[in-house]
Amino acid sequence: MTIQVKVLARPVADASYVRAMLSGMALTFKHMMNPHKKTEQYPDVKWALSPRWRGTHRMLTDETGKAKCVACGLCPQICPANCIKLVPGEDEEGNRYPLVYEIDEFRCIFCGYCQEVCPEEAIHVGRHYENSEYSREGFVYDLERLTAQTHPVCEMWDPADPKGE
Amino acid sequence: MILATMASDPVVYGTFYDPAVAVTALPWLLFTILKMVIVFTVLMVGVAMLTLAERKISAWIQDRIGPNRTGYGGLLQPAADGLKNIMKEETYPDAAYTPLFILAPMLSFIPSLITFAVIPFAAPLSTRWGIVEMSVANVPIGFLYILAISSLGVYGIVLAGWSSNNKYSLLGGLRSSAQMISYEISMGMAAVSVLLLSGNVSLQAIVQQQQGMGWNVFPLLIGFFIFCVASFAETNRLPFDMPEAESELIAGYHTEYSAMKFSMFFIAEYSNMVTASALMVTLFFGGWDIPGTQWDNLPPWTFLKFALTLAFFVAKLLFFLFLYMWIRWTLPRFRYDQLMSLGWKVLLPLSLAYIVITGGAVLALDMLQVPRSVQWFGISPFWAALGVLNLVLAVLLFVLLDRGRIISPAYSRLSPIQIARLRAMSAGRSLAASQGD
Repeated sequence: MTIQVKVLARPVADASYVRAMLSGMALTFKHMMNPHKKTEQYPDVKWALSPRWRGTHRMLTDETGKAKCVACGLCPQICPANCIKLVPGEDEEGNRYPLVYEIDEFRCIFCGYCQEVCPEEAIHVGRHYENSEYSREGFVYDLERLTAQTHPVCEMWDPADPKGE
Repeated sequence: MILATMASDPVVYGTFYDPAVAVTALPWLLFTILKMVIVFTVLMVGVAMLTLAERKISAWIQDRIGPNRTGYGGLLQPAADGLKNIMKEETYPDAAYTPLFILAPMLSFIPSLITFAVIPFAAPLSTRWGIVEMSVANVPIGFLYILAISSLGVYGIVLAGWSSNNKYSLLGGLRSSAQMISYEISMGMAAVSVLLLSGNVSLQAIVQQQQGMGWNVFPLLIGFFIFCVASFAETNRLPFDMPEAESELIAGYHTEYSAMKFSMFFIAEYSNMVTASALMVTLFFGGWDIPGTQWDNLPPWTFLKFALTLAFFVAKLLFFLFLYMWIRWTLPRFRYDQLMSLGWKVLLPLSLAYIVITGGAVLALDMLQVPRSVQWFGISPFWAALGVLNLVLAVLLFVLLDRGRIISPAYSRLSPIQIARLRAMSAGRSLAASQGD
């Protein structure tokens, strides 16, 4: 959504102040009558996010409501900002699950590698951006909070369909 | 012989009704107080709304939306601003000279309000107690009063600049005094051409003259042009806002002011704007005259007539206020030398020459017994003749003004012709120098 900037040619000879003034006034009047408004009324009208928007994380769950994560440790490994904390655990049947899974949204750079690397399609970056908090601790999302998120998740870039068509 | 012709001139402009039927004594006093209260209130509310209009118009011109959070469409924004200004802390700089620092906003505020007192804003109204004049004070020297009082406003600005003890403020004050002095002369001179037509300095007489003859803007087109430019300079509005010049002087003379004292300078600026617009309407656009009819300037002075003429006056006033804002958000500020050269080298000689030309033309037309009243097709021959003369002058003037001879833009590349001329000049100079050796 780049704004087109019209660059006017500089006058070659001495310019007429009167005519320049009149044409300037015509221009401003035209804009006043027909403003090319770009302002978004943010809190009232929300911005339409791209399907590839990478925002607040969300952990998907299976049918039983448990997090899909198998604590393989790939996402903390790939995370360039080192913002994912994972302590794996194992139940009596030998299934791995995360004992602790925390993402520090304050450190996160929203690169989306965690979503790309996840073999179980458990962790996702989401189409959501309003995550302000009163303290730094508030930005550390634990597993419970990550699974409780409801916003739509990001559709990652598909090399077969680079323009998302 | 000239004197004889002048003496036989039957056209004398004065008042609209016999002074014997005007309100007198106690009703006059009560009506005057009522008019004062109403005009003051309307002016203050109008100024508040003008600040909103300014912000809205600037927003639309710049493709923005403007204030829209307080009240419907931002209508309560002036109230919120006023409340904010009253609640804010009044700061007194240590280095400032406090008595004048406090006095300066008042000195700027009061003249801007009392100049409106003599403007006739509607047709007289006939009441049970007599005819009520629709201006706060029907002063017979109305125009001189305005010239005298409106130039007092500069004292507020200069004293504010000096007493703040701040270099930016002082520069703003100095600039404003220089600017006011330069442009007041051409403003007064341009208005003299109106007085030459009306033969009277009373604003009512000027309105009456225009009702009988047609609006002065056509027969005194160049006078209007000079007056308009000079009144923009007088009110410190862009492109003449040198005293404030946010980007150079950090708001100039009111840098050190806060809260309501700052607000008073602001109100003064806007009410000056209203008064200057009202003056342009009265002198050149027929005051409260309704164009194309004589119904409005003859008795009986009914309420309907009062209301309609008032509406026409307000509409003309609003047009000029809009013009002020439109120009403000279009034109950049002049450089200081451009400002001074426009005032002294262009407008002053122009207005002096214009007085001579207008005076000569009025005298010649009166001697030729050209009738001033409306003759054919609702047009007065006097008005038309003077208007045609002005059109010719205007074409000459704007062809001369054109091509950047008067005010050169801050930047323009040299044309090939200019480069050739400069080269020839330097070649000639070196040739002369070598011959001199």
